[in-house]
Amino acid sequence: MTDTANRGAAAPGADEAVVMSGVHKWFGAFHVLRDINLTVKRGERIVVCGPSGSGKSTLIRCINRLEEHQRGRIVVDGIELTQDVKRIEQIRREVGMVFQQFNLFPHLTVLENCTLAPIWVRKMPRRQAEELALRLLERVRIPEQAQKYPGQLSGGQQQRVAIARSLCMNPKIMLFDEPTSALDPEMVKEVLDTMVSLAKEGMTMLCVTHEMGFARQIADRVIFMDSGQIVEENAPEAFFTNPQQERTKLFLGQILA
Amino acid sequence: MPMSHVADTRAGEAAAELKPPALERSRVAAQLASLVSSPTNIVLTLLALAIAYAALVPAVRFLVVDAVWTGVDREACLASTAGRPVGACWPFVFNRIGFFVYGQYPIAERWRVNVTALIAMVLIAWALAPSLPRRGIAVFLFFVPFPIVAFLLLTGSTALGLEPVPTNLWGGVLVTVTISLLGMVVSLPLGTVLALGRRSSMPIVRLVCVVLIEVIRGVPLIALLFMANRMLPLFLSPGMQPDSLLRVIVGVCLFASASMAEVIRGGLQALPKGQYEAAQSLGLGYWPMMLLIILPQALKLVIPGIVNTFISLFKDTTLVTIVGIFDFLTAVEVSANVPQWSSPVTSVTGYAFAAMFYFACCYAMSRYSLAMERRLATESR
Ligand SMILES: Nc1ncnc2c1ncn2[C@@H]1O[C@H](COP(=O)(O)OP(=O)(O)OP(=O)(O)O)[C@@H](O)[C@H]1O
Ligand SMILES: [Mg+2]
Repeated sequence: MTDTANRGAAAPGADEAVVMSGVHKWFGAFHVLRDINLTVKRGERIVVCGPSGSGKSTLIRCINRLEEHQRGRIVVDGIELTQDVKRIEQIRREVGMVFQQFNLFPHLTVLENCTLAPIWVRKMPRRQAEELALRLLERVRIPEQAQKYPGQLSGGQQQRVAIARSLCMNPKIMLFDEPTSALDPEMVKEVLDTMVSLAKEGMTMLCVTHEMGFARQIADRVIFMDSGQIVEENAPEAFFTNPQQERTKLFLGQILA
Repeated sequence: MPMSHVADTRAGEAAAELKPPALERSRVAAQLASLVSSPTNIVLTLLALAIAYAALVPAVRFLVVDAVWTGVDREACLASTAGRPVGACWPFVFNRIGFFVYGQYPIAERWRVNVTALIAMVLIAWALAPSLPRRGIAVFLFFVPFPIVAFLLLTGSTALGLEPVPTNLWGGVLVTVTISLLGMVVSLPLGTVLALGRRSSMPIVRLVCVVLIEVIRGVPLIALLFMANRMLPLFLSPGMQPDSLLRVIVGVCLFASASMAEVIRGGLQALPKGQYEAAQSLGLGYWPMMLLIILPQALKLVIPGIVNTFISLFKDTTLVTIVGIFDFLTAVEVSANVPQWSSPVTSVTGYAFAAMFYFACCYAMSRYSLAMERRLATESR
C-alpha cells in the first residue's frame, strides 16, 4: 500500500493512468496504429469501438505490452513502457486484462486460476490468496464453482472467473477486449452486470466492446477507431446522438440498425 | 395444434424412459453378430482365425508343450536325449539368469545391485501411483539422493568398504536398465529445455538449440554411439578418459533429448496463444509462466509421444553392443554360444526370452501412460 502511494505521488502526472503519445505500430509493412494520442485519467471509463480490423485490440494490448509499439511513448501508472522486462512485469501486475476467449487455465481449478498470480507474483501466502479469491468469486457471484475446472462452466461463468482472476491482482487498470463477443446472448448480461458494478466502484477501465447500452451506461468517453486511427472521441450521449465524422455515422448506422 | 400434440407425446415418452439402455451387453452382442453378418465378414473371420491359429499354435508348442523344463546342460535339450522333438530349452535360461541380469558383476557383490534396484522400484512405484500420498517426496528422493546412492552402491567406494566394481564387468539387465533409465531421466528435462530454447525469442539461444537438435536427430544412434566412443577420447586429455559405459550413456541421452525436444515442441505449439497471453497479462515472468501454465498442459498433450520416445529408447539400448557394451540382449546372445548350452534350440530360446522381457517392459510403460492419460483427462474435464 505505501509502495503504491509513494509511486503515485512521485510519478509525474499522478492522476493519469495511461498516457499514449504519438504511438505507431506496424505488423510487417501493415500500419496498424497511426499516431495514437490518448490519455486515460484514474477512475475514467473508456469504451473503444470501431470496425473489425481497425486496431482496437492492438491498441489496448499495447498498454500491457502483449504487443510492442514501435514509435511514440506509452506511460502506464507513471511507468514508461520500454524493452526493460522488469518494468513490463511491473506494469502487468497493475493492469488486469480480460480476453474475448476467456483464456482460463484449463488444467487448474477456478480457485487455483484465481490464486496463481497472487501467490507467484505477489508472493501472498496461500491461505490469504484463497480467502481473497473466494471473496472475489463471491463478488462475481460464483463462489460455489471454486473447486470446478473451467471446462465445467458455462461461457458466462468462465468470463466472470476471468474477471475475478484479474481482480485478484488488485489491478489499478482493467482492459477488456470484447469480453462478451464469444458469449451466447443470454449470458452477456451477467458479464456486463459484473463490469458495471466494477465501473461503479471507480475502477479505471478501457473496454473494447460493441455493447452500446453498456457504453451509454458507464462510459465517460467513447473512442471510435478506424484504420488504426482515433477518428472521434466524445461523451457517450454526444457520440451516439450527434457523431461528427462521416465514418462514425456510417459505423453507428451499421451497428445500431 | 397437431404440432404441439406431437411434441407432448414425445416429452411423455422421454420422461417414461428413465433407465439408460443396457448398452454394454448389446454392443458386445452386436460385435459378435457382425463377425458373421455377411459372406464377406464370414470369410474375413475365418481368415483371421486361420492366421491366429497358424501363429499361435507353433508358438505355444515351442514355448510350452515341447519345451524342456529341467536339466543341467545341453544334453537335456537335445532331441536325441529327449527322444522327441524339443522346443524351448528353459534350463538354459534358469541356469544363466544371473548372467542375463548382472553380466560379470561379481557374485559376492550382486546384493548391491539388488538393493539399488529395490530402492529404485519403491521410489518409482511411489512416485507413479496416483493413490499414494506425498509423491513429491518420492520424486525428490529419486532425483537427488538416489542417483548418488546408486552410483556409490554400483561402482563401489573403498571409503565405505564397498569393493569397486569397474563398469566393464557390468552387464545384462543392469546395463540395459541403467542406460535407459538415465536416458529417460535426462531426456525429459533436457528435451524440454531444448524445445523451449528452440522457441526462444533470443536468436543465439534459438540457433544453438536448432543446431543441436537437428544435428543429433539427423544422425543414426549407431553413428552417435561410435562418435561418443571413439571421438570423445580425442577431444579430452589422455589423463581423463571417460568410462566407456559413461560415453555410451552420454550418446544415448543426447539422442533421446533431441527426439524428446521435438515431441515437446509439438505440445508447445499446440497450446493456444491465449494461454501465454493470459499468463503474461497476470504479470508472471517467463519461468513461472512456463513451469506453471505452459509445460503442464503441453506435456500432458504429448504424453503418448513422450512414452513412445521412452519405448524407442529402451529398445534402442540394444545397439550399444556394437561399441562393446554388454547389455541384456548381448548377454543372452553370448550365453547361447557357451559350449555347455549350445544346442539347436538354445539361441531361439534365448531370443524368445529376450523378446518377452522387452515386450513386458514396453507394454507396462504403454499401459501406464494410457492410465495416466485417462486420469488426467478426467481431472480437468
Ligand atoms: N499478429 C499479427 N500479425 C499481423 N497482423 C496482425 C496481427 N494481429 C492483428 N493483425 C492485423 O492488424 C489489424 C488490426 O487488428 P486488431 O486485432 O487490432 O483489430 P480489431 O479492431 O481488434 O478487430 P476485431 O474487431 O476484428 O477484433 C487487422 O487487420 C489484423 O489483421
Ligand atoms: Mg479485436
